[in-house]
Amino acid sequence: MKTNIILAGVGGQGILTIAAVLDTAALDCNLNIKQSEVHGMSQRGGAVQSHVRISDKEIFSDLIPQGKADMIISVEPMELLRYLPYLKEGGHLVTDSNPFVNITNYPEMDALYTEIKSQPNSILLDAKKIAKDLGNSRATNIVLLGAASALLPLTDESLKKAIQTLFERKGERIVNKNLEAFEKGKEVAAEIVS
Amino acid sequence: MKKLLLGNEALAQGAIDAGISGVYAYPGTPSTEITEYIQRSKTAKELKIHSKWSVNEKTAMEAALGMSYAGKRAMTVMKHVGLNVAADVFMNMSVSGINGGLVVVVADDPSMHSSQNEQDSRYYGKFAMIPILEPSTQQECYEITKYAFELSESLGLPVLIRLVTRLSHSRAGIETGNRTPQKNLKLPSNPTQFQLIPMHARGRYKHLVDIQSDILETSENSYFNEFKKGPNTSIGIIASGIAYNYLMENFEGEDCPYPILKVSQYPIPKKPVKQLFNTCKKILVLEDGYPFIEEAISDFLGENRKVIGRLSGDIPRVGELNPDNIANALGFDVVINETVPKVVAGRPPELCVGCGHRDLFDAVNALGKEMGSQQVFGDIGCYALGVLKPYESINTLIDMGASITMAKGAADAGVHPSIAIIGDSTFTHSGMTGLLDAVIENTQITVIISDNSAIAMTGAQDSSASGRLISICKGLGVDEEHLKIITPLHKNLDENINLIRDEINYKGVSVIISQRPCVQLPKEKKDKLKELKKVTLN
Repeated sequence: MKTNIILAGVGGQGILTIAAVLDTAALDCNLNIKQSEVHGMSQRGGAVQSHVRISDKEIFSDLIPQGKADMIISVEPMELLRYLPYLKEGGHLVTDSNPFVNITNYPEMDALYTEIKSQPNSILLDAKKIAKDLGNSRATNIVLLGAASALLPLTDESLKKAIQTLFERKGERIVNKNLEAFEKGKEVAAEIVS
Repeated sequence: MKKLLLGNEALAQGAIDAGISGVYAYPGTPSTEITEYIQRSKTAKELKIHSKWSVNEKTAMEAALGMSYAGKRAMTVMKHVGLNVAADVFMNMSVSGINGGLVVVVADDPSMHSSQNEQDSRYYGKFAMIPILEPSTQQECYEITKYAFELSESLGLPVLIRLVTRLSHSRAGIETGNRTPQKNLKLPSNPTQFQLIPMHARGRYKHLVDIQSDILETSENSYFNEFKKGPNTSIGIIASGIAYNYLMENFEGEDCPYPILKVSQYPIPKKPVKQLFNTCKKILVLEDGYPFIEEAISDFLGENRKVIGRLSGDIPRVGELNPDNIANALGFDVVINETVPKVVAGRPPELCVGCGHRDLFDAVNALGKEMGSQQVFGDIGCYALGVLKPYESINTLIDMGASITMAKGAADAGVHPSIAIIGDSTFTHSGMTGLLDAVIENTQITVIISDNSAIAMTGAQDSSASGRLISICKGLGVDEEHLKIITPLHKNLDENINLIRDEINYKGVSVIISQRPCVQLPKEKKDKLKELKKVTLN
């Protein structure tokens, strides 16, 4: 079993929190993990990505080869498409629908959505709104993680335990908000897929 | 349970467990998290391991050498271009040798993710004639650091550990081992060892040359260099550091059919290379960075096509390695199903919303228009983003501190206005001496220190300049009449333009401190700065 996941977004959008949950859950399940991330100049509002690799066997490369990603999870719709060359045939896409516009030539939303919907296995959802409705718009990334969870090689229990561990120092309320966000994301994705 | 650590963090944990008494460093991507890990470590705090940031890489390395002189283990950490700054002490301390174990960690940045060049630090290691270690995995980062201190003490030399961005910034589960206690104070037994006057230096240098064969022997017997046999001898592969991972990725857990020499310790081990030459038709060299091994084992005239790699064009000459460019070199197909759709636009990094540099650039650009000439010499930091749209305020960006000295040289050549923009921390890192040059000749330049009270680009670390800029400038001899402070806010734009214009027209050195804390600073730090400002202004 080997799962390759690309996390995409803009510097500061919190993709490393998703990565941390995946890493913690995988380690807890005694699986091997390699997870690359971006530090430095690109973090300032630029395109950022993280490669997460989970396997029960030895993992060699810290980077996912092109055409070998099982899944791309993105917190921003245009950033999702940037990494399509990494997606394997039949791979899955999960993305928030809200654009992060900090460039003057940001494309038309319709063109972006058409492109995303033309992909066979894509889940496009308004994760930001879901998180906001739950009273914690900062949990958008965890909504997306929930939406992707059915496709992950990790059990919901291990993912929820990891959320608990990672948010523990922020207090019980934040832990619960994030657990709710995870559940809601999962629920919405299931509706979209069916 | 395993600890989930970045390559950088695994290395730092290795240093703590090797019994270091201090780490000396200046932040620089991709090396920063090594020192930060030690700064945050409870164990390091309990053990009183020194970890405060140094003013620059040279002062850092010299302090580490001082700690080694006193018999304790010390580590110094920097990015690749930082080693240029520390090159003076680096080249000489291989001649003096060390007392307590001394490890120099340098993180290279192939593909220039956050740098001006992709220089390969292995050349520096070879230049200084010292052992080089190049881990390939996070676990190896941990192990190799502990080993580096042993090696350093057994040879009496500093040891260089070379990292690359992808290993520095990738996480994996790490198993840690025992911790070696810190060393006791023990001054050098040979009183002339560190006295590099020519008569002593000649002897030390001769010693360094004489032990080269011993150094080679350590790498030929190293646990970190491994020869793996393979049945298919049409190619023999040399893979160094992280390149080994990308190579093995292409066989997805199956055995590689070709013989492989994995290199993680230098000098390049001769015996196994010879074995490959004798048994294989071709040698493919895979290394992240410059063609260091390839060049060393290829023939000068290029007539012997036996060795292939970056020089032969089988691997791209520039940019970092990845599983795909190695697949191409091995003759494997890389199957890509999708391309990047045309609608996707580039998204370069930008200054944060609310950043004080933005308001400074607005003022400078307004003056550039008005004066019909905008020669702004920039420097290393977030404000380097002023090169890009929408500001396009900066004409040059070369190395730490070059803004002031280049502005001076250009002014000497007749450029006016000649403006330098430099950050507070870059100023104390390498700008002060250049300012003194300008003060001595009273050159007509305008130096703007964009002071955000942080080493912002690398994560808002403490700046050595905080609260000291005014006294430093006065101390260097800047005329108090032409030492000004502005606050870069939109509401002050006109006032700031007027002040900068006056200073540009002054026929001598003026320094304008453009002061506003980095928006990335936590609130507690901002509050502290406000207090500090009150004190310094009174």
